[in-house]
Amino acid sequence: MRMNRRSFLQLATLAGGGMALRLYHLPTLDAQEKLPELTPQAFVHIAPDGITTIMARASESGQGMRNMLPMLIAEELDVDWKNVRVQQADLDESRYGRQFSGGSMNTPLGWDPMRRVGAAARQLLVATAAEQWNLPVSACTTAHGHVLHKATGRSASYGELASSAASRKAPPLDNVTLKDPSEYRIIGHSTQGVDIPAITTGKPLFGIDVELPGMLYASIQKAPVFAGKVKNANLDEIRKMPGIRHVFVIEGTIRPAAFTPWEPGIEPGIAIVADTWWQAQTARTQLKVDWDLGPAASQSSEGFRQRAKELLAEPPGNTVRTYGNVESSLHTAAKVVQATYEYPFIAHMTMEAQGATAHWKNGRMEMWSTSTQPENGRELVAQTLGIDKSAITTHMIRSGGSFGRRLQNDYLVEAAWIAKRVDAPVKLLWSREDDISHDGLRPGGTMGLMGGLDARGRLTHWRQHFITFGENHHLASGGGIGSDSYPAGFVPAYALYTSAQPLMLRTGALRAPGDNAYCWVAQSFLDEMAFAAGRDPLEFQLELLSNQRVPWTVGQPDAVGDHEPTGPSVLVPERFKGVLQLVAEKSGWATRKKQPGRGMGIAAWFCHLGYFAEVADVSVDKDNNVTVHNVWAAGDIGSQIINPRAAENMVQGGIMDGMSALGQEITLANGRIEQSNFHNHPILRMRQTPKIEVFWNRTHYPPTGLGEPSLPPVLPAVTNAIFAATGRRIRTLPLQRSGFNWA
Amino acid sequence: MLFKLKINQRIETVDVSPDTPLLWVLRDVLHLVGTKYGCGMGVCGACTVHLGDQAIRSCSIPVSALGDQPITTIEGLAEAERHPVQLAWESLDVPQCGYCQAGQIMSATALLHHTPHPTVEDIDAAMSGNLCRCGTYTRIREAIQHAASLGHTAAAHKTAHGE
Repeated sequence: MRMNRRSFLQLATLAGGGMALRLYHLPTLDAQEKLPELTPQAFVHIAPDGITTIMARASESGQGMRNMLPMLIAEELDVDWKNVRVQQADLDESRYGRQFSGGSMNTPLGWDPMRRVGAAARQLLVATAAEQWNLPVSACTTAHGHVLHKATGRSASYGELASSAASRKAPPLDNVTLKDPSEYRIIGHSTQGVDIPAITTGKPLFGIDVELPGMLYASIQKAPVFAGKVKNANLDEIRKMPGIRHVFVIEGTIRPAAFTPWEPGIEPGIAIVADTWWQAQTARTQLKVDWDLGPAASQSSEGFRQRAKELLAEPPGNTVRTYGNVESSLHTAAKVVQATYEYPFIAHMTMEAQGATAHWKNGRMEMWSTSTQPENGRELVAQTLGIDKSAITTHMIRSGGSFGRRLQNDYLVEAAWIAKRVDAPVKLLWSREDDISHDGLRPGGTMGLMGGLDARGRLTHWRQHFITFGENHHLASGGGIGSDSYPAGFVPAYALYTSAQPLMLRTGALRAPGDNAYCWVAQSFLDEMAFAAGRDPLEFQLELLSNQRVPWTVGQPDAVGDHEPTGPSVLVPERFKGVLQLVAEKSGWATRKKQPGRGMGIAAWFCHLGYFAEVADVSVDKDNNVTVHNVWAAGDIGSQIINPRAAENMVQGGIMDGMSALGQEITLANGRIEQSNFHNHPILRMRQTPKIEVFWNRTHYPPTGLGEPSLPPVLPAVTNAIFAATGRRIRTLPLQRSGFNWA
Repeated sequence: MLFKLKINQRIETVDVSPDTPLLWVLRDVLHLVGTKYGCGMGVCGACTVHLGDQAIRSCSIPVSALGDQPITTIEGLAEAERHPVQLAWESLDVPQCGYCQAGQIMSATALLHHTPHPTVEDIDAAMSGNLCRCGTYTRIREAIQHAASLGHTAAAHKTAHGE
């Protein structure tokens, strides 16, 4: 049963209480695991001068977690942010709780416990002062890092009280009093990223910057085809090259199969360890390797495309969800629209390529890791190297971007594997080319769609046959669809089928996994249906969202692949409508001009507990070059925007990221990934950046995360705008495959 | 082979093979790790430094081709006080992951040195060689305009180069 293989976190505080959210593959979690009791002493240290050090428990790869989580603690602690110093915690989940960053989950999972940690710390300080003053606790208040007794004018700084307070027993976290939001002085007020001065002055900060005395540098040559093995290589010649200290074959533990899981996660290759990385890289150019490329060498994008076409014509392999008798009633629709959508594999391309530093000494492994799933990394290293988990120390280092890539720990296992063979600290760094050719790609996919309209132009039927990768129920990671993903539940008759073909490659979560592709498919096809009905796409969707829901029910499959389940009925239609209406108002949707070569497109999505609607204003020149002039975004992530300036930045970035994805494609020929660097898997540049305006629709729901939900809607918003400008519907990505290019 | 380099107003002597890119001399030999590796082929701009008063991609220039022009890295941009561009980056909270930002700042300071009051088109033209995977371009644009408005950019930049 899936519960045993997958992991769940119960989020009882969220709307639709008791729902389970699956966070991709988290082998270190299981449903019954009891989270440790958090203590304020683990997170807060106050020096005699009042300077307050707050531990940041989550990894930082650019989403501002080193600010957001400490801000929650500082707010309830009632200190001034200027007196707060944030320190990154090492990995220790028995002390800090879950140290995972993914799925936009740090906000919803941290919102309650982090505030309670701060409130508990405050309560200890108040109790200490009350005892010293011989006053009841209830007579004391706090402000700006002081405990006060207003009636007598007494005041004690937290710094004076801290050492006595720290020795007291902390109250249970569910028994502390939290502030009324009207009292917030930190939450909802922008704070500068705590690492920004170090970033602007070039201080060592990132994984790639870790330096240790006597450290060596490592590079790995892997086969041009996934998991190809080394038969023979001129290792003796390489050993004689300048600066080379060690050269050896990594046998690897991966066997390519129709569905290739991540664990135990080490690919075969040749490790080269040198005094400098450039020496290791130079030696690599002289390698002569006879590879056993294995079965993955037969794979190609053309083959995938052909097979997808065949599968689309065959009866589906699997029924995920169906209601409303789609098959028997579709012919009764007044109008039926049929379309096939296709999107490619794409790569993560974090600015900092993958890598890690490790040091094996006296039977212990010390690691400097950029993983966003560090406990999983520790477990994989223990398992792969055959060492005890307790012999591993993990330092959590800021990374130059993750976008889901650093949920996987393959590079960390490699660094540890090499370090265990070498009597020195080792820094492993992948080249950009390594990073693309051994990425855990966002899987491509094909969707065969049929939609039905009634005589009044209302959406009545939605039938989709999803062609993905994998075998049986083991479907490509990072490429799924929730069984309740919009418009499921809102359309009166619905079917979601899947068929799969083998893929001898690893795939994984990329920012808004699943949704980064399915939102484009669903919101494009809804736009098509609205057009076929002769209706405005906004009005068409607002009506659809007002339909009586057909709820997902327990017992039905909850998702395709490892997509987080969106059922049962977590999507709140009023919130979805709310962002659509707000973005329509801000973009002037109702009064938009219709002119040849210029158009506006609208799209909205719910994922990772957040709602975003976006409108793109696009022009297309006579050579089919596309310019995005403006994007308006409206988001609903609940009652608080914890760090507003960072939040706006994150939304603008998500929009740029989604726009970049429209032009990206990874292709395979003879099992080899054909793209190698930013020139042939491009991300957008400043001159292609539209004006992006961000608006918030505040609702009374608990705050949720922002890493992901702003990304998906921009893809269909842009392609729907291209349709408005040209009358040409984009059903194949990247844009180039549909005859368009970025200007 | 020995090379004598003037980096951040100091003379450094390094013993590396002549084809070693400046980037890896900075990072692995001189331990100036503020300059970042992104692509290794001059298309992303993460490794941008100044050679004389020009922004160059340090990943794509071998140490043997540097000549005797002074090199400035992010660490040497403003040793005594922050450059207005750095201040603008901080006050507008530009970075997300931050990895590309040293390169962005070096390109921006070179732009403002030559064009103290750039138009948006000037900014886009000068900065489009620097990729930001997090998509902070909107903030970068604003920060450059903000730095330009601080007014003493050119003077501060001269100081940074010790001119």
